[in-house]
This record gives sequence, C-alpha cells and structure tokens, in this order.
Amino acid sequence: MSVHELNAEGLNCPLPILKAKKMLKSVPAGEVLKIRATDPGSVADFAAFCRQTGNELLSSTSEGDIYLFEIKAV
Amino acid sequence: MPDKAADRNIENAKNMSIIVTKGTLDWAYPPFILGTTAAAMDMKVSMFFTFYGLPLLLKELDLKLSTLGNPAMKMPMGGMHMALPNMMAMIPGVDRAASTMMKNLMNKKGVASIEDLREAAVDADVTMIACQMTLDLFEYSPDDMIDGIEIGGAATYMEVASKSDINLFI
Repeated sequence: MSVHELNAEGLNCPLPILKAKKMLKSVPAGEVLKIRATDPGSVADFAAFCRQTGNELLSSTSEGDIYLFEIKAV
Repeated sequence: MPDKAADRNIENAKNMSIIVTKGTLDWAYPPFILGTTAAAMDMKVSMFFTFYGLPLLLKELDLKLSTLGNPAMKMPMGGMHMALPNMMAMIPGVDRAASTMMKNLMNKKGVASIEDLREAAVDADVTMIACQMTLDLFEYSPDDMIDGIEIGGAATYMEVASKSDINLFI
C-alpha cells in the first residue's frame, strides 16, 4: 500500500477540495489520503465533502495553524 | 485503474445548473467556485453563460472589476479597510489599478485565478453552454471561445434546469 499525501498549505477555498478530489481519483479504494491545509474553512468543507462523496473522513485534527485530514477512499 | 465506487455512483449523481450573467473579476468567482466544487462532490454540473457572463468563455481572459457603485467593496490596507468613492472610479486607470490590486491580493491569499478554476471546470467535465442569442448580440464567434463548449438557448437551459436538483442564477 503506497502513501498518498497532499500538501494544500497556503491554498484557499475551493482549491484544497479540488486538489483532494483530483488525487482521490488515483487512490485505490480502501487506501488513505493524508492532507495538510492552512485554510480554516477546510475543516467544515472536508467533512461535507466526505459526507457527500462517500469517502470516509478517518480523522480531522490540527497542529498549530496546520489542519490535518485523513480520508479513506471509496 | 480499478473500478471505483465513486465512479460507479455517477449515474445516481445529483445535478446542478448555474446561469452565469456577470463577467467582472469579482462576480466570476461564485459560479466557478460552486461549479468546480459541486463537480468535485460528484455532481453533474451545467453552466449557462449569458449576457455579460459570456465573455468568461473567451480564450483569453482579461477580467476587471469596477469600484463604481460598489460601496461594499472595501480593500484591506494597513490594518484598515478602504472604500473608493464613486468619483475616483471615473478617473482613467483607477478600475485597472483596483483590478490589479485585487488580483495581487487574491494571489497572496492563495485564492485560485479564474483561469485556473475554469481549467478545473473543464477537467471535471462541467458542461459549459454559451448562449446563442448573446453570441449574436455581442458579435462573438464560437471560434473565440475555449474548446469543448456547447451552444444553446433558453430551451436548452430549461431542459437542464428541469432535471437539476440545484439551479442558481448568478
């Protein structure tokens, strides 16, 4: 299983979502995409994105000004 | 590429349509942000470009905004917010300067350019329909527009809208 990571630091709405979606297309089902973002709005947006698309939001945490997400691809 | 559930679900996807009627730098954002995001959330998106929204399909974009009649536009400046009086907007070059200032600010804040969002929309298979009447009215040719767009009229839009879960007029 390979590691899938997306650095969306410095990007504003809706770029973190658009880039995550683009990457998720090539993430095999069941594998996890790790995302780093600085947009505070991405916390609510990744939750909504996952509810809508069926991808599973495994975790949503923060380290200082960095927001970290782990999304399991469907 | 393995058969992904996300791709299989596309048949059950929700639909959204957006009528895009404004083509200034600031007003170009809502339709393209919502259109690309909806597509990223597995919705089938159609954007209908009419009147001043039509030039957003031109191959080369040169987007500007005006401070004229826009008292809500207040630019951050040294911790304050500055509005431009309408009189100022009438001075040649002021709108151009304000547009450049806005683009620089957006770039600094990591906001996508309209060019990038439009490219993302094309990549995500968003259907972009140019209004035939507006093409005629403002004397544009389909050749002036980016590749892959469709041409249609009010009935084309209404058919799309009648099958959509979300219809926006921007």
